[in-house]
Amino acid sequence: MADNEYTVGSKLERILKAGHFAVTGELGPPQSADGDVIRKKAQLLKGACDAVNITDNQTAIVRMSSIASAAILVQEGLEPIMQMTCRDRNRLAIQSDLLGAYALGIRNLLALTGDHQTFGNHPTAKNVFDMDSVQLIQMVTAMRDEKMFQCGDPIKGQEPRFFVGGAAAPFADPIDFRPYRLAKKVEAGVQFIQTQLIYDIEGFKKYMEKVRELGLHEKVYILAGVGPLKSPGMARYMRDNVPGLRVPDYIVDRMTAAGKPWAGKKKDEMTKEERKARSQAWRAEGIKICIELIQQLREIEGVAGVHIMAIEWEEAVRPIAEGAGLLPRPEV
Amino acid sequence: MIVAEQKPLEEIKELLGDAEKVLVLGCGTCVTVCFAGGAREAAIMASSLRMASKIDGVQRIINDMTVQRQCEWEYLDQVADEIRDADVVLSLGCGVGVQAIVERFPEAWVVPGLNTTFMGMPVEQGVWVERCAGCGDCILGLTGGICPIARCSKQLLNGPCGGSQDGKCEVDPSIDCAWQLIYDRLKSKGKLDLMLKIQPPKNWQKARHGGPRRIVREDIRLHLEEE
Ligand code: SF4
Ligand code: SF4
Repeated sequence: MADNEYTVGSKLERILKAGHFAVTGELGPPQSADGDVIRKKAQLLKGACDAVNITDNQTAIVRMSSIASAAILVQEGLEPIMQMTCRDRNRLAIQSDLLGAYALGIRNLLALTGDHQTFGNHPTAKNVFDMDSVQLIQMVTAMRDEKMFQCGDPIKGQEPRFFVGGAAAPFADPIDFRPYRLAKKVEAGVQFIQTQLIYDIEGFKKYMEKVRELGLHEKVYILAGVGPLKSPGMARYMRDNVPGLRVPDYIVDRMTAAGKPWAGKKKDEMTKEERKARSQAWRAEGIKICIELIQQLREIEGVAGVHIMAIEWEEAVRPIAEGAGLLPRPEV
Repeated sequence: MIVAEQKPLEEIKELLGDAEKVLVLGCGTCVTVCFAGGAREAAIMASSLRMASKIDGVQRIINDMTVQRQCEWEYLDQVADEIRDADVVLSLGCGVGVQAIVERFPEAWVVPGLNTTFMGMPVEQGVWVERCAGCGDCILGLTGGICPIARCSKQLLNGPCGGSQDGKCEVDPSIDCAWQLIYDRLKSKGKLDLMLKIQPPKNWQKARHGGPRRIVREDIRLHLEEE
């Protein structure tokens, strides 16, 4: 990472290579054909982060394609990180989409395995999983560096060039293998990593210790995933039901305490105003916790930035980045 | 073995249409062992259908027989007359059995009484699990004898994905995460290095994706001709 030559020269790559603490956001495309939804959300994120993830049929629910949404983002003057999962496309479709994405001005790619379709709104669909995320990373890298399709045929003419990212789930099982899984992605050519949401700082420190021991932090930029909680219910749900997430009890307790003035009141006993006030109190605490997490993550050696996931709450990204002292974003 | 389960009676009745003579044909091999379509199940199916016909006021003669293997013509030939005589053959064999009857007796109308589900085995009384997807290029040697094609919900070759938790797959807590099993086993055998190596994209052509498959063994063919 010492060399100053860019593989792609996307803003994200330039920020990271310049040694700035990077900030990425996330935008979920609409479940409709309305491009204005993207444009509106883009305005909320503009200037608050360096690049924005565009999810790819997130949680296996049909949405506007990540490639089209990312292209709209480019038009809006923001830099997209196009997510690409292995669930819905085989190697032909992936490669043709990559050619198209590059032609549309998209320069960052996040290669993912993808949530299983049983979670989404088309559980009876046939999935693809022709490749997995490690193989996808390898393929995208070879298309860029060796000008070669997966089959080995040369790419004649412009090759698609992406700054290639991947995901990491530090708390998923088998937990001892997680740093090695990251190592595999690094070997495959991944250049930046965005982690699953981190709430358990101590646990993450242990993960990073192992990552440093393997020397991975010098080979890949690691952006720690954070996200503001909206309610104690959401915190509990994430603690108890989402695989790969660890939410310490103190965070759940803080969220609960934020709603204390309304404690003991059932939702239907409250006036609309009361409900709104409680929700605002919760959200304010969620943002506060998120800011504190960022400050703690920043102290960990090998953390090169944060990835703020506030899907369907994109307004939260700016106050979080602001509160964490990350604004204005540097010009590179 | 091939594991299957019976279709609901309502669907079977639908498939039989207005046939007057029905032959329920069981199979004595895989589906006998998984209690879906052996002699016993064929007899029970026949009597259920008789009862249903009575209730529905349908005139119908229902017989049942069972051959040792529906997937081999020589066994089917033993019941050739019964097959030809029936308006509908309700096969309680797997999908291969149904098709073997159709190919041997083109004049017969054959419908499936089972949903053929997977290649697997029983792990406890009344529980069968999938173990092989017949991918045509076995990689069990790399994974400690645990198949990620049949047993990982995403057929990952470089797993585990981020959805693995407490040994279970994100898709359903009743599914063991194949990659957790692989990890544990390779670790216990001191062979974790197998999991560190990047596995290239699989050649799915050898699986179903190259079109229907066949195996030709010239050695056996020639041998037969010489005889
Ligand atoms: S790797 Fe292929 S052949 Fe081997 S057990 Fe799995 S599906 Fe069957
Ligand atoms: S949780 Fe395990 S079995 Fe399920 S898809 Fe992920 S790696 Fe495969």
